[in-house]
Amino acid sequence: MYFNRIGNKNNLNKEIITMELDKFIANFAEQLDDTDPAEIKADTIFRQLDEWSSLSVMCTIAMVDAEYGVALKGDDINKAQTVEDLFNVVKSKKA
Amino acid sequence: MVPYNPFSLEGKTILVVGASSGIGQSTAIECSKLGARLIIIGRNVERLNATLSLMDGNGHSSIACDITNSEQLASMVETLPKLDGVVLSAGQSMTLPTVFSTRQKYDGVFDVNFFAPVELMRSLCKSKKLQSPSSAVFVTSIAGTRRWMPGNAIYGSSKAALDAMVHYFAIELGHKQIRVNAVCPGMVETPLIYSSGVITKEQMEADRKNYPLERYGQPADIAHAIIYLLSDASSWVTGHSLVVDGGITAK
Repeated sequence: MYFNRIGNKNNLNKEIITMELDKFIANFAEQLDDTDPAEIKADTIFRQLDEWSSLSVMCTIAMVDAEYGVALKGDDINKAQTVEDLFNVVKSKKA
Repeated sequence: MVPYNPFSLEGKTILVVGASSGIGQSTAIECSKLGARLIIIGRNVERLNATLSLMDGNGHSSIACDITNSEQLASMVETLPKLDGVVLSAGQSMTLPTVFSTRQKYDGVFDVNFFAPVELMRSLCKSKKLQSPSSAVFVTSIAGTRRWMPGNAIYGSSKAALDAMVHYFAIELGHKQIRVNAVCPGMVETPLIYSSGVITKEQMEADRKNYPLERYGQPADIAHAIIYLLSDASSWVTGHSLVVDGGITAK
């Protein structure tokens, strides 16, 4: 059988990133107490969540350190809008 | 005629730990200006030299030593002369919610903030390096003792434990005329408060305005309180925690 190897590699990369982003969203949502995790998406503007507080900021920083070994700063979170923005900052620091 | 100064440290030999930075550095410098002979301890030779270069007078020395390392600590204590004072000012902060605070995280901070100063004090006593009379000053914090903020559990509890030790040391060493006290700072402008990066500059600006005196402390504010406790002016003070915090715990 003939496989388009280059096509497969691109799809594999996209799949990996999607999986990583989904896992990140799940990890992020786990820090929240009052919000249904199913409601948190890549484009969720986390700051607008009712329960978002300085404790949420601390928990996010702690989660990112524990799960990804990356040290996020308060400023990084301030500059981000969506959950995907946060994911991208973490990814860039991990590189 | 010698000018009258009960806060003078003239003729006193004083050990300052954590002298490469922040409160410890300022304390070493201010003590030198009041006539003390200092032995300064830190981990970083360049920063110790920087502190030495800012000190007044002669006869000071420095020892690069990591006091969390028991061998280094023991060798360092062995080289010490008899001391009239000791200032224990090495500290590490950590901002972490309790749910993420693993045993490992506690251990790291407690090693620096609690076990190291306590073990140093114990070694000085065991090796009989503290004169009669003499004065030991621990730098604690309002965190964990008078003010409790989310994220500060590890740092605060290490300082709360240290605060308790001040009482125990004071009551056990009193008969030897070794006074033991603490200076208990609020937020002071040193590298430590900027080290975690979790609290933003904007949040700090807002926090400064919470203080009745509307500013954070300067290292010299704490150094001067330490000097009072090191000097003969505090001869009848032991087991005391001197809060220097711009009034934040008065609210």
